[in-house]
Amino acid sequence: MSAPFLLIVIIGLAIAAWFTARARAAAFAPPTDGAQRPHSRPGQHGWYTALWVAIPALIVAAAWNVASPALVTRAVLAEPAAASIPADPLERGAILAETRALATGRVAAAFHHQAPVLAPAYAAARLRYGLMGLALAIVAGLAGGAYAYSRVRPDFRARTPVERLVMALLLIASLIAILTTIGIVASLLFESLRFFAKVSIVEFLFGLHWSPQTAMRADQVGASGTFGAVPLFWGTIFIGAIIAMIVAIPLGLMSAIFLTQYATPTVRRWVKPLLEVLAGVPSVVYGYFAALTIAPAIRTAGLAMGISSASSESALAAGLVMGVMIIPFVSSMADDSLAAVPQSMRDGSLAMGATQSETIRKVLVPAALPGIVGGVLLAVSRAIGETMIVVMAAGLAANLTANPFASVTTVTTQIVQLLTGDQEFDSAKTLAAFALGLVLFVVTLLLNIVALRVVKKYREAYE
Amino acid sequence: MLEPRPLKVDAPKMTARSVNVYYGAKQAIRNVSIDVSMEDVTAFIGPSGCGKSTFLRTLNRMNDTVASARVEGDITLDGEDIYAPDMDVVQLRARVGMVFQKPNPFPKSIYENVAYGARIHGLASARADMDQIVERSLRRAGLWDEVKDRLHDSGTALSGGQQQRLCIARAIAVDPEVILMDEPCSALDPIATARIEELIHELRGRYAIVIVTHNMQQAARVSQRTAFFHLGTLVEYGSTSEMFTNPRETRTKDYITGRYG
Ligand SMILES: Nc1ncnc2c1ncn2[C@@H]1O[C@H](COP(=O)(O)OP(=O)(O)OP(=O)(O)O)[C@@H](O)[C@H]1O
Ligand SMILES: [Mg+2]
Repeated sequence: MSAPFLLIVIIGLAIAAWFTARARAAAFAPPTDGAQRPHSRPGQHGWYTALWVAIPALIVAAAWNVASPALVTRAVLAEPAAASIPADPLERGAILAETRALATGRVAAAFHHQAPVLAPAYAAARLRYGLMGLALAIVAGLAGGAYAYSRVRPDFRARTPVERLVMALLLIASLIAILTTIGIVASLLFESLRFFAKVSIVEFLFGLHWSPQTAMRADQVGASGTFGAVPLFWGTIFIGAIIAMIVAIPLGLMSAIFLTQYATPTVRRWVKPLLEVLAGVPSVVYGYFAALTIAPAIRTAGLAMGISSASSESALAAGLVMGVMIIPFVSSMADDSLAAVPQSMRDGSLAMGATQSETIRKVLVPAALPGIVGGVLLAVSRAIGETMIVVMAAGLAANLTANPFASVTTVTTQIVQLLTGDQEFDSAKTLAAFALGLVLFVVTLLLNIVALRVVKKYREAYE
Repeated sequence: MLEPRPLKVDAPKMTARSVNVYYGAKQAIRNVSIDVSMEDVTAFIGPSGCGKSTFLRTLNRMNDTVASARVEGDITLDGEDIYAPDMDVVQLRARVGMVFQKPNPFPKSIYENVAYGARIHGLASARADMDQIVERSLRRAGLWDEVKDRLHDSGTALSGGQQQRLCIARAIAVDPEVILMDEPCSALDPIATARIEELIHELRGRYAIVIVTHNMQQAARVSQRTAFFHLGTLVEYGSTSEMFTNPRETRTKDYITGRYG
């Protein structure tokens, strides 16, 4: 019996149960004076009964679904025609699989000669057991429904179990998200441990040399890669936490100050959404822009300034564009923090004869600072996890350099690089991607925790 | 109805003549004339929404910070028109200080709170001068003994009453001539309120003080002159003792005896 059909039958039964039980509950005598009102409303009785139909029926159907293939196989093997099937499990399995395929019409012809003979028997057994399952599910549903229906009385508290079930469903929904996160972390951890079995963790965290190429054959040159990730960490910090922030912090802060303190409501109404559009631009578009427009321009400028090492893939190009991308984050956090500083603080300062700019510099920004710092930390955590821009514009050379015109590489770029090659899955090269991912995960997690705590503390201060 | 007669003061510190204030199209103050004297504490009373705060804020041009507000009429400080184009708001507010309804210390140390205005106006260059200004202001505000050992703790960590006295100290630190107080005790308990009232007594004479209050007893205790506002107009202005014992207007009488408002 096909699963969708079964499901429709069960849902139909449940709906019928809902209406029946509701009708019964609705027919209760209205409360006379002094009498207790019924605890639950008719609809809640309906839900209670419907669930008592659906849940047992679904459990039986699911159990049957698991058990029935084995029963069907046994029935088919018991046929006289099945006596000729060899006992070798491999061959027997193959023949049965073919029989199943023939019986369900998935294939038209078979390789084993026993299959067409057994197919009708298989189909019949399937139908038989399917109907049996349907009957069992319906019986379970009806039994549950009858039990629940018998409890529909004015004093029965149908609402309580229904609400408890809803709560359980909500709990499961939230657990799924949490469990997924735990699963991701666990897989990162697990694969990283395998990596650290091949490469020492000290070398990974403190080594200055990154060259993950492992040769296909052991006798080739550079047979084993070196996995010192410091150049990657440096590149990530250089682009995401230094260059990008040099762009994003002042611009974001100044635009927030302009928007909260100087802009008229009309200007604010137009400029703020425009700024937020920046946050909605896909990062791959920023990547194009960085790689095709900014990077060549920077190289030309660098060469014109006599910097011979200016590369067409530079830390500066990636960092500048990333900084622009991050501006809306910084500015919207700073905007919120400035707006959260009470008006009375501003008035207090202005009433002392402070000018508006003195008030902003000496009172508002210091008062909003924790919120602004929190915003910057969140922005940093986003910047170091950003992938597209750096893949397209920063380059692959693991240089340990502070020259912004040189090419550097980042953790995210290398993860992409390590996982997109043709590699066996358990090579040190592939596993290194997980170790890098773990480091990135831990760092961004810490940054987020610190940032959120700072912001929360600050919110409390003004409540 | 009698036209409210502004009570003339011999040597008024501030004068207001025919002042109208509008928020957009809505008029909040109608034709108010008043004198503020140096010797006396002036109290503004009246039902909520009658325009006491609005009028108080015209005296140091804090209404400039409200985009929709518009002020008409003449207001002078020592005979100078404070709405004249060449009047510097920064200088004006240094001379006419303000204390707000809710204590609003800056999230800085106690010391920095008091030093804030003095720094802005460049009143002290040496550290020792600043120390002196801070100490003097805190002493005048009656807070010195309570905070002298923790000047570098945050001002926001003080109790409400202490915060309000800190705000008074902050206003005093720039050496103003007039201090405007908008319901300075409404967020405080009776003991802290009594402390502030005592302080107002001590400050009287050194500064011209204007205080907005909802508390009739407080007006009677701290002020020598009282102005009663109703619906944006100045109904009656005169000596406090006279107004409380023998009000000229029935509306004043009704309000003072608690019949409405
Ligand atoms: N910023 C503003 N924008 C528009 N209208 C305002 C503004 N501030 C005050 N008003 C209006 O002006 C009138 C006078 O307000 P104001 O705050 O001066 O009253 P108040 O006497 O101080 O009242 P309270 O005793 O409640 O403090 C009120 O009707 C108020 O709604
Ligand atoms: Mg007011």
